[in-house]
Amino acid sequence: MALLSRAAVLLGKEVRTEFRSRELLSTTIVFVLVVVVVFSFTFDPSSNESRRFGPGLLWMAFLFAASLMLQPCFLREQVNDTLSALRLAVSDPFAIFLAKISANTLFLLLTELLMLPVFAALFNVSFAAQLPGILLTFFLGSLGISVVGTALAVISAQARMRELLLPLLLLPLLTPILVVSTEVTIRLMQPEPYMEWKGIGLMAGFDVVFLTVLWLFGEYLLEE
Amino acid sequence: MAIAGRNGSGKTTLLRVAAQLVRPTRGSISFCGGADHPKPQIGFVGHSTMVYDELTAAENLIFFAKLQGVTEAKTRADELLREVGLEDRKDSLVRTFSRGMRQRVAIARALLAQPSLLLFDEPATGLDAESSAWLTEHVRKLRDTRCTILMSLHGESPMARLATRAVRLEGGSVIADTQRGAMLQSIFAAAGC
Repeated sequence: MALLSRAAVLLGKEVRTEFRSRELLSTTIVFVLVVVVVFSFTFDPSSNESRRFGPGLLWMAFLFAASLMLQPCFLREQVNDTLSALRLAVSDPFAIFLAKISANTLFLLLTELLMLPVFAALFNVSFAAQLPGILLTFFLGSLGISVVGTALAVISAQARMRELLLPLLLLPLLTPILVVSTEVTIRLMQPEPYMEWKGIGLMAGFDVVFLTVLWLFGEYLLEE
Repeated sequence: MAIAGRNGSGKTTLLRVAAQLVRPTRGSISFCGGADHPKPQIGFVGHSTMVYDELTAAENLIFFAKLQGVTEAKTRADELLREVGLEDRKDSLVRTFSRGMRQRVAIARALLAQPSLLLFDEPATGLDAESSAWLTEHVRKLRDTRCTILMSLHGESPMARLATRAVRLEGGSVIADTQRGAMLQSIFAAAGC
């Protein structure tokens, strides 16, 4: 209970500082918007083609947006050494990770939800009937990206080549969840859409495994 | 207790190990003379302010108070802001503060949970004469009323006069340790304080 209440306090701070500075959200929203618009001109947005390529493009854009968003999440804590203050104040360091993961997932989901109508309009795809399935897929996919990304962000923040290190480590580790997320999204965009529950199970499993790893070893990642 | 020494002598490392922010490569750390004694409540003031520039002074203190489980976080934050003389600027963003004002917020943050051990890592670095005098006076009050203070000093510092015990470090080892007045001055003089 103490862990969750501390994580909630930390999440409140993350949301407050982000909505005050709007650094991460504005960057990622503009980035995803540019990618979606550019690709809409590259492909003829007839429905069949959109259904084949659309989900892959969408998740590719989300991945790059996430790597932009994840990079500063621990770098910000280095400016005034606030990470040390957090470590002194919080008895369970997993609360710090939980808050960072929740904040990153929230910001990524917000970007995705803002892009969804733009993507639907430019690629001539209708999501209305599959919205609950799309939301579930986006949530599990974003959570997976955030869990792995947050763990790698804290490692890369202490490295010299941090700008290169995060994407370099992030892409191979996220390949499984990106493939599954894309597959599930493709099924939801078919003329006769259906929810691929096996894929949803795989995504949930990926999230649980990496969350557990972070819960067990997160303390060591935060050490100097 | 003052820790004196030249650059790279291990002052900051020692304080960060004491705060359990850094794991020691050798040896161990115990509090109150016993290996089984639980870790006391520690307040840490470092080179950096350890507060968020995007939050106001009050928001910073309430945030850290809640994290430390301080009951009545807002009341405690107001009390400390009054104590460090920032009551009228409590709703200003920390990024608009001078170095001296930031250091006052940092001290208030360190005192939130009423620590029994305070660690100060060269707290007067970058402060002007007025802020340095305020800090010295405030640390004197803390020393006389509240808790044990362990502070690292470098260069000439009026805070050296507050120490009742001094340790001189060189290459990560203690080369002098005294509680006697004349010896204290010789340790500070040798370390350039």
